[in-house]
Amino acid sequence: MIAQHLPILVVLTFFAGALLMPLAGLLHRRAPWMVAVCTCFTATLAAVYALLHVAAEGTVRYAMGGWRPPIGIELVADPLSTFVAVVLGLLSLIVMVHSREPVEREIEGEPITYYASAMLLLGGLSGIVMTGDLFNLYVFLEISSLASYALLGCGSARASVSAFRYLMLGTLGASFYLIGVGFMFVDTGSLNMADVTAIFAETGLTPLTTLAVIFILVGMGIKMALLPLHQWLPDAYTYAPATSTALIAPIGTKVAAYVLIRLLYEVFPAEAIRHLHLLDVIAALGAVGIIWGSVMALPQKNIKRMLAYSSVAQIGYIALGIGLGTTYGFIGAILHILNHACMKGCLFMVTANLEARGKGIRIDGLTAELRREMPVTAACFTIAAISMIGLPPTAGFFSKWYLLLGSYEEGRWIYIAVILISSLLNAVYFFRIIERMYLGGGEEAPAQAPSPRGTALLIGPVLALGLSLIALGVGNLLIVNYFILPMLPFAP
Amino acid sequence: MLELFHDYGAYWMCFLILTIGLYGMLVKKNYIKKVIGMTIFQAAIILFFIIAGYKEFATVPVRDPGLSTENVDAYINPLPHALMLTAIVVGVATVGVALSLLIRVYARYGTLDEDALEDKMQ
Repeated sequence: MIAQHLPILVVLTFFAGALLMPLAGLLHRRAPWMVAVCTCFTATLAAVYALLHVAAEGTVRYAMGGWRPPIGIELVADPLSTFVAVVLGLLSLIVMVHSREPVEREIEGEPITYYASAMLLLGGLSGIVMTGDLFNLYVFLEISSLASYALLGCGSARASVSAFRYLMLGTLGASFYLIGVGFMFVDTGSLNMADVTAIFAETGLTPLTTLAVIFILVGMGIKMALLPLHQWLPDAYTYAPATSTALIAPIGTKVAAYVLIRLLYEVFPAEAIRHLHLLDVIAALGAVGIIWGSVMALPQKNIKRMLAYSSVAQIGYIALGIGLGTTYGFIGAILHILNHACMKGCLFMVTANLEARGKGIRIDGLTAELRREMPVTAACFTIAAISMIGLPPTAGFFSKWYLLLGSYEEGRWIYIAVILISSLLNAVYFFRIIERMYLGGGEEAPAQAPSPRGTALLIGPVLALGLSLIALGVGNLLIVNYFILPMLPFAP
Repeated sequence: MLELFHDYGAYWMCFLILTIGLYGMLVKKNYIKKVIGMTIFQAAIILFFIIAGYKEFATVPVRDPGLSTENVDAYINPLPHALMLTAIVVGVATVGVALSLLIRVYARYGTLDEDALEDKMQ
């Protein structure tokens, strides 16, 4: 019975959580945090159930309000959308559990609005993932974007400036997407993705289609922070409150990458993609992004800023995988969406822990003292860093491995070189920190290091993500076989 | 060539407004002017959709007993209007968030000029 409503369930849970937030705030100061954790937990359960149900029984299509598509809005739970929904749910759950101390410390005033915005962001993102309608996607995109401007802009006034700059670029991106959808509507007369695909198969390529495709890609490129359109990202991530970054960095840009996958492989006519060499362009931009992000991360003195530039590079990997357009490339891209979400979530929560302990997040301020005071956090940072560099058996190795296989298969030697060079650059900038933590000098830590309250909530989620990186690495074949291969949009 | 301008006059006008908005968003140094540019830009997109739904000699999309429902050419396409209602709401919300961010920025730095702000943040 409940299975037929699965596509809407994840989205509605988050929105219900957002609505409950003001009521929860009346009860107790910490009730919003608990509501947020419970909401994310319920949504994760729904997403996992949807993933398993879809894997067993096939795609579930849901007509909103009983209006049949293509007239009404359709939500679709298929292997790809449920997989991304599970990643989103799990990550949000872990970050929300971790968020109690950072939010109480960094956000002035009641935490109600902060958590309500976080729930709206997650509802918007899961809506983007689940929807099967082009205009509905725009609405969810704007819901999640508005919430993310608020989340990134609270905290310091410096954060508001960078959030405002992001708002300008983000609105531009969403508007470009809307123009593209307009052209597509004029061209086909439909907004339902499956319907548009069917109409394109009949009518073929028109000049309007080309315009639509270009506008939509530029818009999504801004949202995804694909190379020439990434300027908003480093500032926005650096100055935002720790929890906002930990929530938005792992899943925000990935959802835009998901939209790109969905539209490129399923909606846009194959002719248009071939005609415009879209896949080659995206792969090339991804490759340049990988190198540029890694090089820019090298001289950074602030850990958060370094991680932000590394995010630009990691988005490049996903774009490269999408652009290869082969089975291995696709597996690499999807696996990297999952792996990078776990790695970046772990790393940004580590920076939050450093701030919670009153440590700076400047790299030259780190000493070996840190390892003695915060052994678990330091160890998790090291695991995540090793995974970012891509050493087996951590998760990061395997997504890079599939990307290498894909490049090799296509004979794109330059991409193989790009991935290897970027791994070396990753090693350089992460070992700068690891070296300071483990080999650097520093006095013995005072015997009774004052431990702030709620330490378990700070360490537990970081540890969970750190261990998951090894588990994901070891179990990558299971994930690929059971979940990623069924979502392949083309024959392997 | 002239027909291209004549037949698609409304679209050219819409394109012009779009460009003015884009210019304001990207080139203007004052943040309030950037927000104004953004509003113009969004208005142009709304116009674009409305123009796309327009048909000559057609009436409003309310069922008219005097007209047969068979002839859809007698009615304007209502879907773009419905979509743009949503887009207008989104636009208002965006302006609201933008202005509230700017209030915080102005309270802290006392200016909304990009160059002056850049100096103060150093």
